[in-house]
Amino acid sequence: MVIVEFLGPIGKSPIEIEADTLLDVSVKLKEDATLVHWLEKCAVAVNDTMVNDLTMALKDGDRISILPPVCGG
Amino acid sequence: MELYDKPLDVKEIFSRWLDEEAESNYGAYIPFVGTIRAEDGIEALSFDIYEPLLKDWFDKWQVRAKELGAIVKMAHSIGDVPVHTSSYISAVFSPKRRVALELIDEFVEDFKANAPIWKYDIKDGKRIYAEDRSTPMSGSGLLA
Repeated sequence: MVIVEFLGPIGKSPIEIEADTLLDVSVKLKEDATLVHWLEKCAVAVNDTMVNDLTMALKDGDRISILPPVCGG
Repeated sequence: MELYDKPLDVKEIFSRWLDEEAESNYGAYIPFVGTIRAEDGIEALSFDIYEPLLKDWFDKWQVRAKELGAIVKMAHSIGDVPVHTSSYISAVFSPKRRVALELIDEFVEDFKANAPIWKYDIKDGKRIYAEDRSTPMSGSGLLA
């Protein structure tokens, strides 16, 4: 199981899902209609490191953060 | 990097930073202050921060500044910050002015685009995500 957390304004509690790669995470999250429009503009971190590769292998307990558009200052 | 759950005490922080580097032999100190403007009927802005990634982002900037013989500092507020107060300040110290002038520009612009901070307008007591002023981070859309 991996943990997916939704940061900032997404306003959704963390979930646990079965996933071997980030592609699996993508498929699972797209089943939730309320998330689809967020995914188009969200970046992704795994265990607090930004990632850019859908084929990335995940291991049990990994924490995936979904990061919506930012505006500091 | 300093985070506060209230508006920033700009004078105290800048004064302390100046004291911290008083003997460091930097020739230039360039501060930046972000002040919340009263516009569109807002009472305040409010901020969420994801601290582990913000620290990582800031540490990378510290490495880049060091390569140029400079240092960067920043402070940001978490939660509600009323208009006419400050939620974000930063500064660059460098041996000579040119490096500091260029670095403060790059640092503040990259901060706006990639620091993991989310902004909300406080209007009529409601907290509304400032979506139209927000920028997708590098690599966005990976899971779409």
